[in-house]
Amino acid sequence: MDINEYISSGILELYVYGSLTDEESREVTSVLNQFPEVRTEVEEIEEVLRDLSATIAPGNAENLIHAIKRKLGNSSKTIVMETRKTNNLPMYIGWAASILFLMGLFFMFNKNQELRGELQALQGEKAQMESQIADARSDADKTKELLSVIRDKDIIKVPLAGQAVAPDAYATAYWDKATNTAYIDVKDLPEPPRGMVYQVWSLKLEPLTPTSIGILDKYEEDENKIFALDNTNLSEAFGITLEPAGGSKSPTMEQLYALGVVSS
Amino acid sequence: MQQDKLIEELQSGNEKAFSRIYELYSQSTYGIIFGIIKDAAISEEILQDVFIKIWNNASSYNPEKGRFFTWVLNIARNASIDKIRSKDFKNKKLNLKSDIFVDILESKSNFFGSIDAIGLQKYIDILGPTCRKLIDLLFFQGFTQKETSEELQMPLGTVKTKNRVCIDKLRAKVL
Repeated sequence: MDINEYISSGILELYVYGSLTDEESREVTSVLNQFPEVRTEVEEIEEVLRDLSATIAPGNAENLIHAIKRKLGNSSKTIVMETRKTNNLPMYIGWAASILFLMGLFFMFNKNQELRGELQALQGEKAQMESQIADARSDADKTKELLSVIRDKDIIKVPLAGQAVAPDAYATAYWDKATNTAYIDVKDLPEPPRGMVYQVWSLKLEPLTPTSIGILDKYEEDENKIFALDNTNLSEAFGITLEPAGGSKSPTMEQLYALGVVSS
Repeated sequence: MQQDKLIEELQSGNEKAFSRIYELYSQSTYGIIFGIIKDAAISEEILQDVFIKIWNNASSYNPEKGRFFTWVLNIARNASIDKIRSKDFKNKKLNLKSDIFVDILESKSNFFGSIDAIGLQKYIDILGPTCRKLIDLLFFQGFTQKETSEELQMPLGTVKTKNRVCIDKLRAKVL
């Protein structure tokens, strides 16, 4: 190694500044331990830098030594306390963290239970809503069907006027000859007493021959009180009587509620 | 060799050795701190902290890694830079980009009656602006060669050789 070249490279100044890496500094140290001229060079660089920085100092540092020495005794105590603090801190943090974690777990568990309950309630509500929608849809379908029947020009509308037992009552029969169906609207008949049902008759007038076309035993369940009944007869009139539950073979004429003739 | 023995004694907790170290290094350490902080009162506080650290951490100094002066320099720089970055210091808004030598010389008439103005003027006269900037960054601020080259937009090798020239100038006139 050319020592003069090494010295003049400027590496020794950087060494004193402390701007070399650890590895580079160790190398320089081993060189100056081998070559006294390198050591002398480093000592001179250090001396000029100490002189330069001492010149910049804003005052005399000499008197501060007493203040510092007083603090030296205390500082060892402070350091013990500090290390104790830093040793305990992670432990406290650890405990605090695990307590928070447990609290968190309980909170999450409760929350979970709560949400489960809510979910079940919502599922129940949903099922209810679904069945309501299905009902509404089937009602709507039925209404649509009835509406189309009533509007159909091929349907024969037969008003059935209230009779002696119920003068204010009336009913209507819509007779579709094409499908052999009679739709009986009994919305304006009084509600049948318990144990009794309305029975619908197709009548031939000459001679008077009644034929039962149906018993309105679903009266209470049906919302719009319109019943579709099969009617294959060549009806000349329709009548409605009140009969004991299950219906009768022939109409009880004293309990004739409504009667109307098919206009031809 | 005497210096090595002194440091060994310091490391074994000898207070007399500490006093001697203080005599040898306190004034230059004070200057290094002031070069960064530029406030005499705060520099004084930091100087005390630095020497308490030197006492407490003396055993961590490893001669293989560098000069004892360099070790002290590092402690002083780090303490000063920590202070500058701290909240209570930021209010003071000091211009850290300016030329410290000129800065300090100009400010001495205002604040620092005891500053060695003649000595400082001597340095300013010897060093040109480039040398002052190089020494400020490398010595006071503790920049690496690479950081200095980036800051001054100077090739990496030039930083090293030019700085060598600057220090040579000082040695020729001052020592």
